[in-house]
Amino acid sequence: MNKKKVRMQNGITYGIVVGCWILVQIMDKTGHMTSLLKGILVPLCMYSILAISLNLTVGILGELSLGHAGFMCVGAFSGAFFTKCMENILPNLQVRFFLAIVIGAAMAGVCGILIGIPVLRLKGDYLAIVTLAFGEIIKNLINVMYIGLDQNGFHFSIKDTMSLGMDETGVVIIKGAQGITGTPKAATFLIAVALLLITLFIVLNLIHSRTGRAIMSIRDNRIAAESIGINITKYKLMAFAISAALAGVAGVLYAHNLSTLAATPKNFGYNMSIMILVFVVLGGLGNIRGSMIAAVVLTLLPELLRGLNDYRMLIYAVVLIVMMLFNSSPKAIELRSVLMERFKKGKEPAAKEEA
Amino acid sequence: MSFLSYLINGISLGSIYAIIALGYTMVYGIARMLNFAHGDIIMVGGFAIFTIVSTMGLPPLLGILVAVAVCTVLGVTIERVAYRPLRGASSLAVLITAIGVSYLLQNIALLIFGSNARQFTSVVTLPNLKLADGALTISSVTIVTIVSCILIMIGLTSFINKTKVGQAMLAVSEDNGAATLMGIDVNRTIAITFAIGSALAAVAGALLCSTYPSLTPYTGSMPGIKAFVAAVFGGIGSIPGALIGGVLLGVIENLSKAYISSQLSDTIVFSVLILVLLIRPTGILGRKINEKV
Repeated sequence: MNKKKVRMQNGITYGIVVGCWILVQIMDKTGHMTSLLKGILVPLCMYSILAISLNLTVGILGELSLGHAGFMCVGAFSGAFFTKCMENILPNLQVRFFLAIVIGAAMAGVCGILIGIPVLRLKGDYLAIVTLAFGEIIKNLINVMYIGLDQNGFHFSIKDTMSLGMDETGVVIIKGAQGITGTPKAATFLIAVALLLITLFIVLNLIHSRTGRAIMSIRDNRIAAESIGINITKYKLMAFAISAALAGVAGVLYAHNLSTLAATPKNFGYNMSIMILVFVVLGGLGNIRGSMIAAVVLTLLPELLRGLNDYRMLIYAVVLIVMMLFNSSPKAIELRSVLMERFKKGKEPAAKEEA
Repeated sequence: MSFLSYLINGISLGSIYAIIALGYTMVYGIARMLNFAHGDIIMVGGFAIFTIVSTMGLPPLLGILVAVAVCTVLGVTIERVAYRPLRGASSLAVLITAIGVSYLLQNIALLIFGSNARQFTSVVTLPNLKLADGALTISSVTIVTIVSCILIMIGLTSFINKTKVGQAMLAVSEDNGAATLMGIDVNRTIAITFAIGSALAAVAGALLCSTYPSLTPYTGSMPGIKAFVAAVFGGIGSIPGALIGGVLLGVIENLSKAYISSQLSDTIVFSVLILVLLIRPTGILGRKINEKV
């Protein structure tokens, strides 16, 4: 692809995000925003970031990961832990939030490298199951972790609040399964959109760089890539760590959008990882814009179907199956190409007549 | 004595995992797909028994038979409607479709039975076994579970090695294309595999709900994932591997629950899995695949 075309395609992707932001601002000013819609704006950006970052692992690197929610969990907890600890030292919420994002991304990225070193030796479904296992381990460990802070410094325990052994000035910050309570609600739609744009910028630039081409060559043929001197481990780890760090950013965003943060199976379990994977696959593997659109549509769909109450998840499931069958089944693809050809044939004589 | 009872309970839990893992491993061996909806078929089996036994008041044996029939039909239908059109598509596409089927089954159950946990009456009505003057009590469910797991293993192994259909299954798992050339109906063989796997899931559902008598639409998902882990543990695609993986997983889980921490048991199970896979990347009994350019 030539440079001009790439630049235009990237421009369209950024344009969609900015356009959506402007649309939301207009709707807000003209009073068309319901409170339901307002509440979902930050999660929409968060899911988009998650989908884009997972697409880097699954679509660009070509390794199936089912533990993406684990990295999000690391980012969420380290970010929220930081904002909670620094409450008295750094009173400015925006600065604290900004630093929390950096810390969350760094922690998740480090976890990505630590997990990536052993895990990326495995292939295919085995890699998938090990990443799933790591996601569950991270979630479980955070659920038994107790961290408190008093004048002597930090106290750590995996049993309960009492065994922290703090004096009377002590404050429990992470309370096991109850997680972190009272995180400041610092995430706004503007910050979320900005983070989404930064994510897009990082990923799109990575893909169209020398590094990105090296990563894609590993996906397409590992042995051939190795034989022309590409360092497989380095590039695999790099893609995996960047993907994890971006998931960490989404986690910090998640943590600062709610007042309590607890690691439940619903938000950081394998179900979440699978949901993000669904966004990526439906949006198209390796297609960054597609992931973003799929994340937004599939998050909005259950909300728009809210009127149908109990039936909404049922419809969601049916839509998911039908979309997959329509998109990927060899017969459906054949049928589509036949239809396309007919459509073209019908058009061609008309074009000639015009000429 | 308490160690012995933890161990036996672990083996019993592991037997349930092994029966579920059989479904995963057979389907993976033959169709090369991860059937994520397998765990939810267990739940459907549980609810079928619940309806027959607790709501209608009919004998438990009939409940199990009905559950096996329902799950078999369900498994074959799912394969026909959702998976067969995707034969030849990328494995990720099939995986996502399986996840969709899993959501579908959970939400249908949610609509019919609601989200409240139902009290499941055990299908085993035999008295408990007391050994060593009452110092060691083994519940009858535990014994029935272990015995049925052994019977299923023997039955399945001889079915695959001795019958023509079983040989066809082996052939398809070995080489899909060559099997077609030898006159084996691949689609039919895969359908039979799904039927067997789903029937086993119904049995597993009966045993699981008898051991842990609380039934919700999400009952099947965690045991499903654990059994999947067990299948990978033992080497996915291998039937003795499923048995070894399942039992090991059950024992490790129960012993770590008893002696280390009940909250950390899942962490320990998953850590052991990761260690095993790092040492033997295709599981304990998995075949080694040589890579070609």
